[in-house]
Amino acid sequence: MAKELLKGNVAIAEAAIRAGVQAYFGYPITPQTELLEHMSLRMPQLGRVFLQAESELAAINMVYGAASAGVRVMTSSSGPGFSLMQEGLSYIACSEVPVVLVDIMRGGPGLGNIQPTQADYNQLTKSAGHGDFRSIVLAPSTVQEAIDLTVLAFDLAEKYRTIVIVAGDGMIGQMMEPAELPAMHALRSARPDWALTGAKGRQKNVISSLRLNADNLEDVNKRLQAKINRIRAAEARYEQVLTDDAEILIVAFGTTARIAKTAIREARRQGIPAGLLRPITLFPFPNAPFKELSVGSQQAKGVKAILVVEMSAGQMVEDVQLAVQGRLPVRFYGRTGGAVPLPDEILDQILMLAHRMDEAPTSGESFAMAA
Amino acid sequence: MQEQWVEQTVYQRPESLSKNPTHYCPGCTHGLIHKLIGEVIDELAIRERTIAVAPVGCSVLLYNYFELDSAEAAHGRAPAMATGLKRVQPDKIVFTYQGDGDLASIGIAEIMWAAIRGENITTFFINNAIYGMTGGQMAPTSLPGQVTGSSPLGRDVEMTGMPIQMAEILAGLPGTTYAVRRSVHDIRTIKDAKKAIRTAFRVQMAGAGFSFIEFLSSCPTNWGLTPSRALDWIRQNMVPYYPLGDYKVADIVKELR
Repeated sequence: MAKELLKGNVAIAEAAIRAGVQAYFGYPITPQTELLEHMSLRMPQLGRVFLQAESELAAINMVYGAASAGVRVMTSSSGPGFSLMQEGLSYIACSEVPVVLVDIMRGGPGLGNIQPTQADYNQLTKSAGHGDFRSIVLAPSTVQEAIDLTVLAFDLAEKYRTIVIVAGDGMIGQMMEPAELPAMHALRSARPDWALTGAKGRQKNVISSLRLNADNLEDVNKRLQAKINRIRAAEARYEQVLTDDAEILIVAFGTTARIAKTAIREARRQGIPAGLLRPITLFPFPNAPFKELSVGSQQAKGVKAILVVEMSAGQMVEDVQLAVQGRLPVRFYGRTGGAVPLPDEILDQILMLAHRMDEAPTSGESFAMAA
Repeated sequence: MQEQWVEQTVYQRPESLSKNPTHYCPGCTHGLIHKLIGEVIDELAIRERTIAVAPVGCSVLLYNYFELDSAEAAHGRAPAMATGLKRVQPDKIVFTYQGDGDLASIGIAEIMWAAIRGENITTFFINNAIYGMTGGQMAPTSLPGQVTGSSPLGRDVEMTGMPIQMAEILAGLPGTTYAVRRSVHDIRTIKDAKKAIRTAFRVQMAGAGFSFIEFLSSCPTNWGLTPSRALDWIRQNMVPYYPLGDYKVADIVKELR
């Protein structure tokens, strides 16, 4: 199929349709609304279910219902709406029904604004609801990748019977880029054997997150954690750019990673060997490439410092520190409140790090926020 | 002459009900309402295509008592979950079963919007004027002056407003096809309640829109009354504020009869 010029939100919606989503429930919120609008036109055309819910709270519980019926279902939102969905997500996680969710992140906290941010990182990766669970979180950095990861999201959700979140930001959602959509998948007609389809010729099925007995609930938790560990082992994804000879390693995801690529090109033009490690899965966080890093020194080649860049006050940086385990200095640069870092700002941070490495080995971590 | 004895089954547990003993308190009418619903599902022969959505509250374990595919919803969200279940498989019969805290307090938005959309589901609303499962706190349907765990001096309607009358409210919405209030405090009201359950399911089977029954139900434990005194309490105190009757019976329902 040929490339076409597509807006991120529309591309995600159409990718989900082609991946065979059978129902969409959602509530308008900027900057993801075009996704819902696209669904409102296309889904009924295809004889599938679209419903604009009265709230995100209702939307996620409609999703819970449809997922319990064993069909491919999704919703989409942004920070304030996502927060309302956390109740439902916790129930969904415990009940182990597959659900795909798109969060097009906007400035916060509170009502914040509608500009891009990555400040939902902790909410999405650590705790998208009460109790112990994790969701798979996929972070596209281009419209094409948003399409590809949306298709992957449905497969992973069903493979693990889990929540998969496509985590974009206002930039990815609103930007137009040439991208190629997948072919239309055939809709799945068979339902999983656990689905609520009516107890015809079989024992009844029950979808519930209630386990009054502590031992039973602990067993459920053990099963969930075993699944999460399987996901950790098998599903970490990342991209490395110019890392073979890099002395300064930038770690960034999504929109910020794209901007970092421009800064890295300019740094290399100035003779500074910088590279990029871009987590594509925010959960599971890709720990392996950090373990495999060759640590440099004044004598030995290798990475001498890590610079984490995020559109937040520093959230993924904690996962980087855990992965690095103190073997390298980790510096942070962040913009918040919907501000997007310019390539020059990141370049300045690279230059500062390079300059300091010439003077003396850096130690410990330092954090910088834009003034 | 030798008399011929013939054993004949005159009543048995409906196929739609499980053999499990319930956890409901002695004298609580949840079990009775479960039984009526189970009997009607059997009589209509819809067990194999019916899906129950349980609430949070005393009837949270509803799925243990019905031989039906069942979901357990978040507090107040049963109508939203039922919407999802029904929209993707309109050939199924989907009902929610919710208490007064679940439906009329925390879930007021979800029930209103299910009715406004004319969602083709059935809701059974159990009004016992108290929060049972948490041990007897004030419900949105607690009566003026009613002493509860969180209104120890009696419900002060100056501060909390008057109890909410859900059957009347939902009847006022164009999407509602059938909205009635019934009770189960004596033989006559039990018989009327069963008839209403049958009508509510038939509305859904005809694809005719949202059907709703409010049941006045007893809570001897948290009211501090014996089971029989609790039934009297429904008749004496609840029925005057929550009159039994039909609040919305759309024309299409009359055609079903």
